[in-house]
Amino acid sequence: MTEKLVDIRNLTVRFKGARTVYAINDLSLSLKQGETLALLGESGSGKSVTLKTLLRLLPPRRSEIEGEIRVNGTDVQALSGKALQSYRGGEVSMVFQDPGLALDPVYTVGAQIAEAVMRHKGLRKEEAISTAFDMLQRVHIPSPERRLRNYPHELSGGMRQRVMIALALACRPRLLLADEPTTALDATVQIQILLLLRDLQREFGMGVIFVTHDIGVAVEVSERIAVMYAGRIVEEGTTHEIINDPRHPYTRGLLAANLHDIARGERLNAIPGAPPALEEPPSGCSFAPRCPMAGPVCRAGVPDFVNLGPRRRVACLRVDPVPAE
Amino acid sequence: MLSYFLRRLILVLPVAFGVSVICFLLVQIAPGDPLTAIMPVDATAEEQAAMRAAYGLDKPLPVQYGIWIANLAQGDMGRSIATGRPVAGEVFGAVQNSLLLAISAAVIAFPIGIFLGFLAGYFRDKPLDRVVTAISIAGVSVPNYWLGIVLVIIFSVSLGWLPSMGAGPGGSQDWAWDWLHMRHLILPAVTLAVVPIGIVARTVRALSGDILTMDFVQALYAKGMSRLDVLAHVARNAAATALSVMGLQLGYLLGGSILIETVFNWPGSGFLLSNAIFQRDLPLLQGTILVLALFFVAMNLIVDVVQAAIDPRIKRN
Repeated sequence: MTEKLVDIRNLTVRFKGARTVYAINDLSLSLKQGETLALLGESGSGKSVTLKTLLRLLPPRRSEIEGEIRVNGTDVQALSGKALQSYRGGEVSMVFQDPGLALDPVYTVGAQIAEAVMRHKGLRKEEAISTAFDMLQRVHIPSPERRLRNYPHELSGGMRQRVMIALALACRPRLLLADEPTTALDATVQIQILLLLRDLQREFGMGVIFVTHDIGVAVEVSERIAVMYAGRIVEEGTTHEIINDPRHPYTRGLLAANLHDIARGERLNAIPGAPPALEEPPSGCSFAPRCPMAGPVCRAGVPDFVNLGPRRRVACLRVDPVPAE
Repeated sequence: MLSYFLRRLILVLPVAFGVSVICFLLVQIAPGDPLTAIMPVDATAEEQAAMRAAYGLDKPLPVQYGIWIANLAQGDMGRSIATGRPVAGEVFGAVQNSLLLAISAAVIAFPIGIFLGFLAGYFRDKPLDRVVTAISIAGVSVPNYWLGIVLVIIFSVSLGWLPSMGAGPGGSQDWAWDWLHMRHLILPAVTLAVVPIGIVARTVRALSGDILTMDFVQALYAKGMSRLDVLAHVARNAAATALSVMGLQLGYLLGGSILIETVFNWPGSGFLLSNAIFQRDLPLLQGTILVLALFFVAMNLIVDVVQAAIDPRIKRN
């Protein structure tokens, strides 16, 4: 199958309220079947909003969405009622950042997984419970039989995230959205969860969009990385390309700000300044105020993508289209 | 679950003991001598002493308490000083009537309160929410005895649809399950329901509004649940707290309906209590307060146990 699993074209999301927030600005993104993409960016760059738009989870009254979103050929914006319900959780499912908040505290873990299975697979309760049991085994939860009857508060954070993953994958979605799934966990547990997600991706073959602000995590799980800044993608390429040959000054800044190779007492290479407030649509390159290379031309208009190769692009006017080496 | 219940039950015993001691002492420290009410003005000191001995009022307090409790255990709460009838019979008859009134009011109030509260919580900060909030504030604020009188003026005096006095035809004090009697229940039950409607609606509004903003609600939509499914989850999350509020409301309805029972001449415990107070009928007062207080304690126990049964987050051991 060569058809794109996810095809987002010119997506713009605005939140209305006392002040309008320009959360996503003209974002285009595609994902092939079975591919794992990391959306990398700092808080407020629009990563989570992108995921929520894909699942139509944004509050309809307060958000204005333009552009086209197709998942497996379906126009997501046009879905409603039963079709939307079977799309959510059936075609596409989501692992949330904090499993302690995303699981219903007064339902057992087994019931919560079974509920989704019954809805999407039309199974009876006992069959759904046995699917839940099977899923708990696959996410390597010890004594799954007993865990089925546990409530979320009776499990540790890592265990809860395993449950969340089991729940998300129980209906065999084609696309998994992971919204910083390891941020709320201890460092040691983080790695276990990342490895688990990677293994399950290979086993089930679903496409994954993995949102993270941690470049190390992105490298660990993804084949491709799209770097987001102020509601736009500024650079995209394979993980290898992004790490070894970053072109956008922001990506370079992110990589330089990494803690590796920094000696004690040495100053961290933080990117100066703060991200923009997103209260008005961008009139130039959003990164220009913080960019060491920026000139008047950067502020004059939003930079177009420079294509450096197939599925390798960067939105910067200062970039040299010819590779450095 | 059973062991949890038993442990709660054991914890209730000291409370019940405290309640009984307070009931006993309250009457002892009340000013005025109960005997003066029933003794002729010209009774001699010997006659008074004989009467005092007959009621056991000459013994030391702990002994009086011991006798009182021993009698209580056999269902004997003494005799009413005013009527001479056994207190137990009077109190249980009245409590039954009050319970009937309280439960009827609860049956009216709780569904309406829950419905309004859910509506307001779901449409929080929308016009509908403001309407419900206004209704519930009005319900809590309007003095219900005044409302009772207004309802009597409208439905009994002007329209003549419903009776205003007693629990049966001709102001009868005996209850029966027929329309002639049930007509008498409607006005007091509706009047009594107004406050709990407001309280339950406000509680459920706050609960459901808060729960709806929680992350797991979005996660439920994300796994393909319908609005109705999500509401079921919200209801189950709100149930424990809402039930405890409703349980306590039922307790208040039973004990706190003195004014309503007086307005409607309803032969319940509140009515009995106010009579006992005005007649200085100490055994009757004692018995009524004790039964109502113990009912409240029992209600608390039930609420605790039910809450633990439906909310897994409450530790059972």
